Amino acid sequence: MKSIREQVAAWARTASPWIIHFNSGSCNGCDIETVAALTPRFDVERFGIVQHGTPRHADVLIVTGAISKQQKDRLVRIYNQMAAPKFVVALGACACGGGVLQGCYGVLGGADKIIPVDLYVPGCPPRPEALIDGIVKLLSGIKGVENA
Amino acid sequence: MPKVIVPLGPQHPALKEPGNFTLMLEGEEIVDAALRLGYNHRGIEKAAESRNFIQAMYLIERVCGICSHAHATCYVTNVENICGLELPRRAQAIRVITGELERIHSHLLWLGVAAHEIGFDTLFMYSWRDREYIMDALETLSGNRVHYSINTIGGVRRDIGKEQIEDILKKLDLVESRTNYYIKLATQEPTLHARTMGVGKLPKEEALKRDACGPLLRASGVARDVRKDDPYLLYGELDFKVITSDACDVFGRVYVRVFEILESVKILRQVLNNMPQGPVSVKMPPKVPAGESVTRYEAPRGEDIHYVKTDGGVNPSRVKLRAPTLANFESVAYMLKGDQLADAPLIIAAIDPCFSCTDRMAVVDKLSGQSQIETFKDLRLKSIEHYKRKGIDFSKL
Repeated sequence: MKSIREQVAAWARTASPWIIHFNSGSCNGCDIETVAALTPRFDVERFGIVQHGTPRHADVLIVTGAISKQQKDRLVRIYNQMAAPKFVVALGACACGGGVLQGCYGVLGGADKIIPVDLYVPGCPPRPEALIDGIVKLLSGIKGVENA
Repeated sequence: MPKVIVPLGPQHPALKEPGNFTLMLEGEEIVDAALRLGYNHRGIEKAAESRNFIQAMYLIERVCGICSHAHATCYVTNVENICGLELPRRAQAIRVITGELERIHSHLLWLGVAAHEIGFDTLFMYSWRDREYIMDALETLSGNRVHYSINTIGGVRRDIGKEQIEDILKKLDLVESRTNYYIKLATQEPTLHARTMGVGKLPKEEALKRDACGPLLRASGVARDVRKDDPYLLYGELDFKVITSDACDVFGRVYVRVFEILESVKILRQVLNNMPQGPVSVKMPPKVPAGESVTRYEAPRGEDIHYVKTDGGVNPSRVKLRAPTLANFESVAYMLKGDQLADAPLIIAAIDPCFSCTDRMAVVDKLSGQSQIETFKDLRLKSIEHYKRKGIDFSKL
């Protein structure tokens, strides 16, 4: 049984997670599907999710694309700028493990080689529904609900 | 007034993709702009050399998630040219359908992003909602929303059925009526006029001098379109107009793209109502002969050029891409000069930049005062030196 303080903290964290989207060498497919998830057909705002431009205000970092050598340091910097508690979602096959770009000389591999990843959403690119499902699972995980 | 340097990017709320713009400001006015690319450089061209011809097609499709069909078709056409394959007419028609649906979705996407940049989020939500109809059509056609992978060497993977044709035609009616609404909006909405007219000026001569392409060039009054000038697939037989505008500013680019949606709808109706019968693919020869080929394709953002060289082996020996955004970046620095800082995201968005396509190599522009750019003369002397060491003398040329 969680203490009341933990319960309140979990409620506060899950009521309105703000996301920041970072393109770490993606082909744009996952990025466009992330934006599509915000628009009327899918509308993630009904879960209180808002996309935000600055890492200091965001709770969830969505990483798309295999990590390119140029973007590696920037990704670490953005991750460090985010205030705890922070969560990382690797969106798409490339961010999960390199995908089709595995072995390219400018690519280091999946996002988990650089920063800790909490949730993997596979697909090339994942449908907006997959992203929504992933984020809902992430939120249930934060709340402590089992078998979400 | 002291000059202030403001970096924009690579991670910036106004940019959906990583790119870096260094803006030199005098007050609010931009006096100079420099560009740094390469954040998205992955090394796809080199990787394509270590994959076989079919695998390389799926890899090259993932150069860009918006114009994926453009890149895949361009590459596949090169391989077909080298093999000497004659593409069945039905396969050509299906490629045209996918290509034009892609153009509509890309232009609607751009309209939304541009509207978002000027703070007109209602239009952003509207156009992205309508874009979903086209995404559904692409999904029924190919099985995927973004990377359609409808191409295969020698044709297409999937045939199109009667129900699918009816379904797509119904969706086109919807999109057409919505596009007419956007045209009304673009011509009557004062906020849109105030933020786009006279912003990011690119006169015709400058656009030609800087080798702009696609809607950016057409918005500067030059009717240049690969579909018309050098028809490929079925475009030679189709009736459509090349939309141009003499406005030479961001408003002109909105105008060109919105009317191009209507032209794409027109093309799609012609093709869908007269689908050629027959097979959708021919067999690829077991061995691709040695050869080389160049193809041009009018992607939603402009002219896409691919080069493929083969040596008779199982892999392509060289693949080279020139994405349209790379050609258009040259104009961005010009357009930014003299404009307000607040308009910079809109001007950058107005060329519909696609960094993932573009980052083939790092291009470093100059900031005034610290010029490191080599003139054509210097480069020519260097190349003559280089070849002299190899025993070839070009100095007489």
